[in-house]
Amino acid sequence: MPRTIIEKLWDSHIVHERPGAPTLLFIDLHLVHEVTSPQAFQGLRERGLKVRRPDLTIATADHSIPTSDRSLPIVDKIALKQLDQLETNCGEFGIRCLGVHSSQQGIVHVIGPELGLTQPGMTVVCGDSHTATHGAFGALAFGIGTSEVEQVLATQCLLQRKSKTFQVQVEGRLGAGVSAKDIILALIARIGIGGGTGSVFEYTGSTIRALGMDERMTVCNMSIEGGSRAGLVAPDDITFEYLAGRPHAPKGAAWDAAIARWKQLPTDEGAAYDRCLSIDADTLEPMITYGTNPGMGVSINAPLPEPSQVADPMARDSITKALAYMGLEGGKPLLGHPIDVVFIGSCTNSRISDLRTAAGLLKGRKVSDKVRVMVVPGSQEVKRQAIAEGLPEIFRAAGCEWREPGCSMCIAMNGDQLSPGQYSVSTSNRNFEGRQGKGGRTFLASPLTAAASAITGVVTDVRTLL
Amino acid sequence: MTPFTNFESRLIKLPLNNVDTDQIIPARFLKTTSKQGLDKQLFNDWRYDAAGNPSPEFVLNQPESQGVQVLLAGDNFGCGSSREHAPWALTQWGFRAVISTSFADIFQQNSLKNSLLPIIVPPDVHAELFAAAPGVVVKIDLPNQTLTTPGGRVVEFPVDAFSKHCLVKGVDELGYILEQAPEIAAYEAANPASIDARA
Ligand code: SF4
Repeated sequence: MPRTIIEKLWDSHIVHERPGAPTLLFIDLHLVHEVTSPQAFQGLRERGLKVRRPDLTIATADHSIPTSDRSLPIVDKIALKQLDQLETNCGEFGIRCLGVHSSQQGIVHVIGPELGLTQPGMTVVCGDSHTATHGAFGALAFGIGTSEVEQVLATQCLLQRKSKTFQVQVEGRLGAGVSAKDIILALIARIGIGGGTGSVFEYTGSTIRALGMDERMTVCNMSIEGGSRAGLVAPDDITFEYLAGRPHAPKGAAWDAAIARWKQLPTDEGAAYDRCLSIDADTLEPMITYGTNPGMGVSINAPLPEPSQVADPMARDSITKALAYMGLEGGKPLLGHPIDVVFIGSCTNSRISDLRTAAGLLKGRKVSDKVRVMVVPGSQEVKRQAIAEGLPEIFRAAGCEWREPGCSMCIAMNGDQLSPGQYSVSTSNRNFEGRQGKGGRTFLASPLTAAASAITGVVTDVRTLL
Repeated sequence: MTPFTNFESRLIKLPLNNVDTDQIIPARFLKTTSKQGLDKQLFNDWRYDAAGNPSPEFVLNQPESQGVQVLLAGDNFGCGSSREHAPWALTQWGFRAVISTSFADIFQQNSLKNSLLPIIVPPDVHAELFAAAPGVVVKIDLPNQTLTTPGGRVVEFPVDAFSKHCLVKGVDELGYILEQAPEIAAYEAANPASIDARA
C-alpha cells in the first residue's frame, strides 16, 4: 500500500507494539536544554538510572542564557544555577554539552541542523514544543514534556500513539516581500491554533520545494502553533546540499548510502492523507498577528476582526479580551500602529538567511529613533557566518543592537524583555500574553516586516520600501 | 505514582478558549531546577496585580474556589509550550481534573503522566457545566470513564486504555518501558546509529 512519509517514518521506528499499549518508538536524536531537563536528570538519579544512548543525545544552553557579552558574569543567580546544573548533569551522565562558553552554542533548533545531527528519516525529540523545526529535513520531530525527556534519556524510546496525517499543499510563487513566515502565519490564521491537534503536517507543493532549508525550518517550526506536534517536508536535493559536509553528516560511502536511503522517504504516489488543505502562494500577502495567540493573524493591510461580528460567545470573548490586552480596536488595520521594540531572532527566524534578508532591507537605512531593535543570531555558527558577511556592521550602522546567540526576547527568561504596555514587532513564534515580558504586546511577523517596521517606527507593509 | 481514585468536587470555571501554558505558568518561573513550589505561580499574571497582591476578581482567589479539584476550561486548553511545569502547577494547587472540549496534545500527555485527568466532553455538556449554579458538584469515575453532571446526567469520556490503566493502578510509564529492554536492544542491533553526538 502506498504510504506517506509520515507513515514511513513511524513504521521504521517501531520497537514493538503490544495490545492495549501505545507503540514503543525509537528516538534517533534527543536534544536537551537547561529549562526542561533538570527534573528529568534528577529523576534518573533517584532511580539510579544511566543515560542509555549519550551518542544520540546533545545539550545546549539557550533559554535562560544572557545575550550580552559572554565574558561578563551571569547576574541572574537562578538562571546561573540552572545553566550550571545543565553542565553538571551532562558531565555526570556523559552527554556533550554546548554550554555558555561553547563555540557551537545556540538555540537548540538551530544547532541540530547546522551540526548535521538532524538528518532525513530520523525521529527527533526535545523537551520543547518547537522541535517540529527539524521536520524540515524529512524527520519526524516533536516536542515532549519533562517526564518524556526522562524516559528518552533512560530508554531512548517513547510510548506514542499514531497521529493523523495532514497535507498542507502550497502552490505558486510568493510575491515580493512575502516569505516562508507568511505561509505559516497564513496557515495558522486559517485553521486556528487547535486546527492541527492530533495530526502531523506534511508541507508539499511547488512553493515549499522552492524554499531553502532555513525557510523550510521557519515553516515547520510553527507547526505547533497550528496545534500539530510535528510538521515536515520530504527531503530533496536542497536538503542533501545543505547537509553535505556538515560536521555530523555521513561521509564517503556512508554518504552515498544515506542519500539512497533518504530518496526512499518521500510520500508514495497515491498515498492518502487523513486531511488536506491547499494554500495559494500567489495571493499571499505579508501577514501579521494582532492578538494573543498565533492564530489571530491577518494580511498586513486587512482590518482586525470586530468582536460584535463573531457569533460564538466564547470566541467573541476571546477576541474582545485579546484586543483589550493589546490595546487595539477591532475593524481597523494595524498598519501605522506605533511600536517600541523590534526583535529579530528566535528558532523561527534567526538563521543566516533571515539575517541576510533583514540586513538587505536595513543596509544604508536607519531605524526609527523611537524603536529599540535587537538582532539576536540563532547560534555561534550563525554569528560567525554573519560576521564573515559583514552583517553586524550593517545592523549597527542602522542603529540595531547586535547580540549574542540565545532565545532572548522570544521567551523573555533572560532579562531581554518588553516593559508593560510596550509593543513589539517580533520574528518569533508566540504572541501569548506576557510572552515577551509581563504586560508586553507582540505582533508576530516576518524578518522583512520586522525590518521595515524598525525603519519607520510603525507597523509597515514592507512592499512600500522595496 | 499514587493511584487515581474516584472523587467529587465543585468546579472552578475559566470561560476562555485557547488558554496557553504561558498563562498557566509564565516562562520566567521556569528557571527553577525543581518540580516543587509551582502552585504559587499558577496563572500568575492573571492572579496577582502589578504590586503582587492577589486580584480579588480572578477566580482562583475567590474564597469559594478553595479546595476545588476540577477546572472547567474553554476549548483547546493547554496549547503552546511543552512545559510540564503547567500540570505540575495545576496539581500542586489541588486540581485533579480539567474539563474541556479539547486539549493540546502535549499538555494532555503531560497531564496524564502527573495524575491530572484531562476530561473531554461534547459541546452541549460543556455548555451545561458552564451554566451550572455555583457550588454544585460533579462526580468523576475513572474506571467507568464517567462524569456525572450536577443535573445528574452521566456522561462518558474518552481515555486511552493504557493511560487509564497507569492512572488507576498507579503504574509508572518509565518502569513499563524499562521492562522492554530486550526489545529495545534488538531494535538497536538491527538499526545502527548514523551519528555520534559526542564526537
Ligand atoms: S527561540 Fe523561543 S520558541 Fe525557540 S526554543 Fe527558544 S524559547 Fe522556544
